[in-house]
Amino acid sequence: MDMSTTYLNLNLRTPLVASASPLSYELDDIKRLEDSGISAIVLHSLFEEQLVQDSLELHYHLSAHTESYAEALNYFPEPSEFELGPDGYLEHIRQAKEAVDIPIIASLNGYTSGGWIDFAKKMESAGADAIEMNIYDVPTDSNLTSSEMEEEFLEILREVKAAVKIPVALKLSPFFTNLSNMAKRFSDLGADALVLFNRFYQPDFDLEHLEVRPHILLSTPHDLRLPLRWIAILYGKVQCDLAATGGIHKSTDAIKALMAGANVTMLCSVLLREGIEYVKVLEQGMRDWLVEHEYESVRQMIGSMSQKNCPNPHEYERAQYMRALHSIHLHH
Amino acid sequence: MKKIYQILDGNEAVAQIAYKLSEVIAIYPITPASPMGEFSDTWAAEAKTNLWGSVPTVVEMQSEGGAAGVLHGALTTGALATTFTASQGLLLMLPNMFKIAGELSPNVIHVAARSLAAQGLSIFGDHSDVMTCRTTGYVMLCSDSVQACQDLALVAHACSLEARLPFLHFFDGFRTSHEVIKIESIDDETIAKMINLEYVLAHRNRGLTPDKPVIRGTAQNPDVYFQARETINPFYKKVIEIVKKYFQKLSNLTSRYYKPFEYIGHPEAERIIVIMGSGGQTTKETVEWLQAKGEKVGLIKVRLYRPFSIEDFISELPPSVKKIAVLDRTKEPGSNGEPLFQDVLQAIFESYSTGKLTSLPLVIGGRYGLSSKEFTPAMVKAVFENLAQAQPKNHFTIGINDDLSFTSLNYDPSFDIEKKDVFRARFYGLGADGTVGANKNSIKIIGEYTPNYTQGYFVYDSKKSGSMTISHLRFGKDPIFSEYLVYTPNFVACHQSIFLNKIDMLYGIQEGGTFLLNTSKSPSEIWDSLPGVVQKEILNKNINFYIIDGYKVAKEVGMKNQINTVMQVCFFAISGVLPKEEALTAIKESIKKTYGKKGDEIVRRNLQAVDLTLANLYKVEIEKYKNLPTKEDSYLPSMSSNAPEFVSKVLGAMAIGKGDTIPVSQLPNDGTYPVGTSKYEKRNIAQEIPVWDMKTCIQCGKCVFVCPHAVIRMNVYNAEHLQQAPSTFLATDSKIPEFSGKKFTIQVSPLDCTGCGICVDVCPAKNKSEARLKAINMSPIEPILEKEKANWDFFINLPPIERNLLKITSIRQQQFQEPLFEFSGACAGCGETPYIKLATQLFGDRMLIANATGCSSIYGGNLPTTPYTLNREGRGPAWSNSLFEDNAEFGLGYRISLDKQIEFASELLLKHKQHFGEGFVNNILYANQSEEVGIYEQRVRVFELKKKIETILKENLEENLKNELSQLLTLADKFVKKSVWIIGGDGWAYDIGFGGLDHVLSSGRNVNILILDTEVYSNTGGQMSKSTPRGAVAKFAAGGKNFTKKDIGLMAMSYGNVYVASVAMGARDEHTLKAFLEAESFEGPSLIIAYSHCIAHGINMNEGMQHQKAAVESGNWLLYRFDPRRKEKGENPLQLDSKSPKIPLEKYMYGQNRFKMLTKSKPEEAKRLLKQAENSVKERYAYYEFLSGKSLEEEKGE
Repeated sequence: MDMSTTYLNLNLRTPLVASASPLSYELDDIKRLEDSGISAIVLHSLFEEQLVQDSLELHYHLSAHTESYAEALNYFPEPSEFELGPDGYLEHIRQAKEAVDIPIIASLNGYTSGGWIDFAKKMESAGADAIEMNIYDVPTDSNLTSSEMEEEFLEILREVKAAVKIPVALKLSPFFTNLSNMAKRFSDLGADALVLFNRFYQPDFDLEHLEVRPHILLSTPHDLRLPLRWIAILYGKVQCDLAATGGIHKSTDAIKALMAGANVTMLCSVLLREGIEYVKVLEQGMRDWLVEHEYESVRQMIGSMSQKNCPNPHEYERAQYMRALHSIHLHH
Repeated sequence: MKKIYQILDGNEAVAQIAYKLSEVIAIYPITPASPMGEFSDTWAAEAKTNLWGSVPTVVEMQSEGGAAGVLHGALTTGALATTFTASQGLLLMLPNMFKIAGELSPNVIHVAARSLAAQGLSIFGDHSDVMTCRTTGYVMLCSDSVQACQDLALVAHACSLEARLPFLHFFDGFRTSHEVIKIESIDDETIAKMINLEYVLAHRNRGLTPDKPVIRGTAQNPDVYFQARETINPFYKKVIEIVKKYFQKLSNLTSRYYKPFEYIGHPEAERIIVIMGSGGQTTKETVEWLQAKGEKVGLIKVRLYRPFSIEDFISELPPSVKKIAVLDRTKEPGSNGEPLFQDVLQAIFESYSTGKLTSLPLVIGGRYGLSSKEFTPAMVKAVFENLAQAQPKNHFTIGINDDLSFTSLNYDPSFDIEKKDVFRARFYGLGADGTVGANKNSIKIIGEYTPNYTQGYFVYDSKKSGSMTISHLRFGKDPIFSEYLVYTPNFVACHQSIFLNKIDMLYGIQEGGTFLLNTSKSPSEIWDSLPGVVQKEILNKNINFYIIDGYKVAKEVGMKNQINTVMQVCFFAISGVLPKEEALTAIKESIKKTYGKKGDEIVRRNLQAVDLTLANLYKVEIEKYKNLPTKEDSYLPSMSSNAPEFVSKVLGAMAIGKGDTIPVSQLPNDGTYPVGTSKYEKRNIAQEIPVWDMKTCIQCGKCVFVCPHAVIRMNVYNAEHLQQAPSTFLATDSKIPEFSGKKFTIQVSPLDCTGCGICVDVCPAKNKSEARLKAINMSPIEPILEKEKANWDFFINLPPIERNLLKITSIRQQQFQEPLFEFSGACAGCGETPYIKLATQLFGDRMLIANATGCSSIYGGNLPTTPYTLNREGRGPAWSNSLFEDNAEFGLGYRISLDKQIEFASELLLKHKQHFGEGFVNNILYANQSEEVGIYEQRVRVFELKKKIETILKENLEENLKNELSQLLTLADKFVKKSVWIIGGDGWAYDIGFGGLDHVLSSGRNVNILILDTEVYSNTGGQMSKSTPRGAVAKFAAGGKNFTKKDIGLMAMSYGNVYVASVAMGARDEHTLKAFLEAESFEGPSLIIAYSHCIAHGINMNEGMQHQKAAVESGNWLLYRFDPRRKEKGENPLQLDSKSPKIPLEKYMYGQNRFKMLTKSKPEEAKRLLKQAENSVKERYAYYEFLSGKSLEEEKGE
């Protein structure tokens, strides 16, 4: 069974890719991912904001309370060097490339325009096969218009594409007014792939302590519905590759995503929950399904159920909402 | 050879040489020598090599005694070893010094000479410590400047090797050790030329080895000890010539020439001063000035002090000399003169009696500069004037006003010989605001970019929060010899406008000088906002007045409260020391160099600040104010108006920096000071203070419990007291059932609050409409200051609730108890002080405290004021600090003494019971004082007893009876139970004082030991202790501490009859309270180990209690109580009170910079140590579970 696919000009053995997660922190886990059959790995994200925060925090604590009291002009020994920039991450890319044969995709969440360009270039030099750009912002500024935000995103993509030669994927949030338009604009500007969708950690309230707490939830199968719809809508409308992420827990989930039009299906929560070895289970499940349903290859089915190609394309639009309701009434 | 310059201080200059010429460096930190050891440790961590291409091994020991032991051992086995110390630390090395000298071992000990603790401790500089080493046999070499420090350090090491005699190289603590100045460096090539490898090898070959075994350190008897002692004479004879030889060698290599004694002055001088140390520079400066005016005066600088070469001394003495004043920077009570004076006398007399001198000059001696007391040209002039008298005063003092014994010479403080072309500046800053750093940086820039000579000296405060720093800078085209503060500045900068009405910053400013003020006021607002006293000075002296809103610029570029770059740019722009463009380029270069390693963002923000500053700097035109009236006001008094006379006059002068004017007679003669003085300071250093929302408050008392400074308090009282209350006073109904019907108030003292915010952080009550608000919230102080002042003044006079009504095991009631420890100078948010405060609430009126040297002795007992205070009955904690290493023994001394006095008192009482009645006597002797109520009853009885004795004593009694009853009268108070507390930090308890602590634990005596465990040497700047946890970064553990924390509690428990508790109030406050009560009630040694968060942990201090909680929840800190009394009930004495770890250790550790920074400096090592630490935490918890039988209990429970 030919499970191969192409994504970001990379030939992959299967469509199963590890998405950015804590699974890629340790070199040992990266090796185990390859051993279990994953065809490419997206490394955990490098957050420029975090780097800046770390550096500000370190500087603050090293200089706080200094030159104040004669017996203690400072409180910490100061080494002559610190690893504050992306060096640790870049070294991790290098080591990962040496440790495994599968493609390593670096993930970047920039903060300043300079940071995006600088880090992207460095990731390329470190040997990353591609870069996944994590652009999202929770817009709390009520004076910032959608078009201003969209322009910012486009500008970032433009600058990064100009700075590097390796393929650039864009991991998106679903919260665009017209995602079809944004996707086309991203694709036309040179994005080599769109990764749908970024999942956000929505905060929860702790009622006993009256505090807002981050609430990190692993994805549920329902999370697949949203990327499924949009990949299906976008397939064929945009030139770039499409990647599905969020809620892929069973091999049938992966198959659905491929049929919608994804080139690759990205795994995170399921591996965190079931363990890295579970890739084997998923791959075998897909293989068995494809054989049973007499497919020749994965490529054969990609996009077969997209809006362009499915038998009932209107299901992807507003009509679907009405029909879903209609079906509930019928059953009562 | 090209000259290389460096800008550094004396400590660094010495450390550079000592490091290059050592293989083993064993140290113990002590101010002001600590930086030398710290430099060595940093360089070793960076793998910098010594002269022979190898990295010296740097070890921190448990005490100076330990360091000296390692030193001796390393020398004995042929390594080149050195150490750095001062003061009491040097004294702890004395026994080893005798041995090292007696064994003819090359060695150099570098000392930043510091006062010895006598009537009080002092960290500042004089020669009392090195003078105690005169008899050790060490050769003593003194450096009088930072340049000399580097030069003579090299000479000392080189000579020591050839002469086979150890050297003590010393220089003035602070004045030289911390003075930043430009010197010509000595490079490796020069060092190599000074050292003869032959002697290095000879030393190594003498090392103890089984390959050629010998024995040393034999015991000797009366038959041979004396002769053996005399075998060393040839070495001492030769060493003077050797020193001179190396002086010459150095001169050949560097053109800097030194002599054992150096005469400077008029070739036919009649009056000279002999002096050693930095005072010699000032004397030289003054002599040259006087000489230019035609006076025949001179001075002899002493460099080689031991052996004192009479021949070289006499050869420097001009034959014209008739009168000599020898100045000593030490005091030897009971002697007929200080050491240098005696040496000069002997040299003169011996030379005269052997005919080398044909006449006897008059030689007098005097003392100066004790504990870094200023020594100025005015004082030098006074010494010469005294010499000029027909009958000069001998055994004099200069620099003080001695109105008790009349030793002091008068001097004219306005005498000023500063050169007009020397730029002199004073900068006033708030501790940690970046002022000092900026000035040190400015000195570097000027030193590097111009041929100017530069000098910087920095004066700090002894308060650890809201402290003031004063930087004294000089620049000029000639070398600077002014080893004193700047009294006549031409530039004054005030970086914090809150100082404007507190101290006179413009004193001595030159006509037409410049004043730069950091203020939030605009150019149009500023004049009217200035105090009248400042307006007057500006107008009188025609000052060029500039302002900048430094905090606004810093905030704009995202630099929080760091104004250093901003103020530095202003300084250069205004002073014209460098052309403006050049200065800006230099500053930007310096920013990249200094901050580059901290990340691009920091560099970017600082560079941005440079650009923004000039646009915000304004010159205020004062012309228009010249004919307008100025305000009539004066500087704020430093003590509040209701302060007793001694406090306001004497302590008050100290508080505003006028302590130098206090005459001798006004100070206590035995170092004893009154308590309850911190309440008068009213420092007003908080920008924000907590404001109480009584509706949301649940009256839990937690805020009061955790307040480090006792500024937030609560009281419950009858409603009628409110009749006199100010209208703004807040009161609500008490929610405590036992006090229903009464009123309840929580009140803050706004002038004493430091604004740390811990109270707000621990408050558990949230506002139901706005969840970000709690029952107390921080609020800017200005709008509410006046009303809260009035509220506090009313609150503090409300009667406290009767102690016997309180359920003291419950925090919400116990915290009504009055704290007898308040308003200390501790850091804002200190983790130690709330524990002390708690102890004083519970036991203060019967408490004696033996306090180790450390943070707690500084905030507890640094003049001018003390936070320990009295209750309304006039009772409160009695406190003393002895030394560092002896604190446990010191406290044991209290206990043994008290027990003995009780015993004697009992004997006397029994003997004379017929006067008092058997029943009464028995009640006293067998009183049950296990509860406070019993203690108070005993007080009443003792009061009666004393009255009865006084009555009897009025009668005509037989001698013996009279004497015995008089004794009993003075002993009677001992019948009231006293609580002895031995308090200190982990530096004392785990390291230097551990031997004593261990002995006290074994003694079985009833003492309470409180270890305020910050897990590091907090007071001296963060050196590792044996309490430092694995993975933490500290000085001497720059790569992360790679072994585990000592479990001192477990060791104490092994005695079986010691009460031990491990507490953390931020994790479980009532557990802490319970432990204190149990510990004190235990009739035997009790040990409480209290987790204290600290600035040395690298945390936001207002969240201190959260870190305490995380420490316990991660398992890194256990809560437990080991109570031997439980054995009697058949119970396991150990109770493990904390639950098994429920948050990952990483979460606790990486919330603190002391752990997190390792992930940035040594990421792999950080990972490794984290893993080890995780295993340790699990193992330790399991072990304690096992010991406490908890795991068995749980099994049984299933």
